[in-house]
Amino acid sequence: MRDDDPVTFTACPDGPLIVRGPATFIDEDGNPIDQPRRAVALCRCGGSAIKPWCDGTHKVTGFTTGQSDRD
Amino acid sequence: MKAHTALDRAGIEQVRAAVAPVRSRGPLSDALCSILSRPGPRPVPSQSIGHLPEAAREALASSGSVIEDEDLQLSLFLLYGSAYGSLRWIDASWEWHPDLIATRGLLEQAFEAHMRSAVSVADPPRASREAVAAWLFTATAPGPGPSLARFVAKRASLEQAREFLIQRSIYTLREADPHSWAIPRLTGRSKAALVEIQSDEYGGGDPARVHAAIFARTMRGAGLDDRYGAYVDDVPALTLASQNMMSMFGLNRRLRGAIVGHLAAFEMTSSLPNRLYGDGFRRLGFGPEVTAYFDEHVEADAVHEQIAARDLAGALAEDEPALLDDILFGALACLRMDAWVGDRFLDAWQNGRTTLRRARTRGGE
Repeated sequence: MRDDDPVTFTACPDGPLIVRGPATFIDEDGNPIDQPRRAVALCRCGGSAIKPWCDGTHKVTGFTTGQSDRD
Repeated sequence: MKAHTALDRAGIEQVRAAVAPVRSRGPLSDALCSILSRPGPRPVPSQSIGHLPEAAREALASSGSVIEDEDLQLSLFLLYGSAYGSLRWIDASWEWHPDLIATRGLLEQAFEAHMRSAVSVADPPRASREAVAAWLFTATAPGPGPSLARFVAKRASLEQAREFLIQRSIYTLREADPHSWAIPRLTGRSKAALVEIQSDEYGGGDPARVHAAIFARTMRGAGLDDRYGAYVDDVPALTLASQNMMSMFGLNRRLRGAIVGHLAAFEMTSSLPNRLYGDGFRRLGFGPEVTAYFDEHVEADAVHEQIAARDLAGALAEDEPALLDDILFGALACLRMDAWVGDRFLDAWQNGRTTLRRARTRGGE
């Protein structure tokens, strides 16, 4: 991964945002969040126990994203 | 004693005492153990093993259920072990022996037929990326009923939790390997998606983060032996069948749709249960050394399931519509096998029985 590669966000229907590329995630105290993997899933349902990451909780809460980000 | 290697804390292979060959479970595995524990053919077989395929036919003819048959499943496990190199006592030069390949083919034919008859695809989706992904998310949707993961979270005893690790070790100390056989059999976007998932499974370049190495730390932290194959004698046919099914799907190019469907269903039923498994080990007093494996999978598989559903399985169905049926078959076979295993273990533990073939008499090794 190179620093000048673009960061991409992929919207998953009824699920998280998949982020790829050299993004830095900062927590509420301004500290970088340790993030060892190349692709991460960001929670968008609000229910994850490991925010900002997705933990699959959207599948049990009936979360939907509607039609806007479908193919 | 022959040398053997295992992953250390940093994920580096270390020389360890060898794992002993397994105990046979019937006439076919007895013949196989005897053959495979000898040096392999160089360059030609020193001794005929032409009786093996016939022994396999006889074993199949007298078998009640191929997935419950200890002799058949151990035999298949040994034949695949020769391809993986996971059972170090098997000489590598046995791998392509025609009689062993013929024997494996006979066992696979019966095993595949059994799995195909056990699942049926209702309302198949169109061979489009989104339709296949949506179908897979519906098929793998979490149910409200009792589950192995909930039992481990709330009720499992220390001994049951360690038993769980022993059962899982057959796959997890070699995690991701069965699906990697598919990489050269795919092209384009489904190949890229599979490699993206597998790269994460293999630590993204960091040997300490290889999932099998993280699980080895879990095994050690729970006082268990982390050498591959140390517990083969302890696990029943059904556990071997679960591993063998992945190997069969992965090692046969014609079944590449099934291994892709299997991986999709596997990833899509992982994040939520792994949170519960981690909770169970925390409840029993284990620290991060043991629970890191489960926590890693909550996070990793929430990513993998999205890639697996759309970019792997969905894209493959769109690019090769002829594989759609097998993608769905592989996914349903994964779910069915997991249900068989889960029901069996849950029933045993709720009734105070062990899931292992022999009760363990001491904690570690």
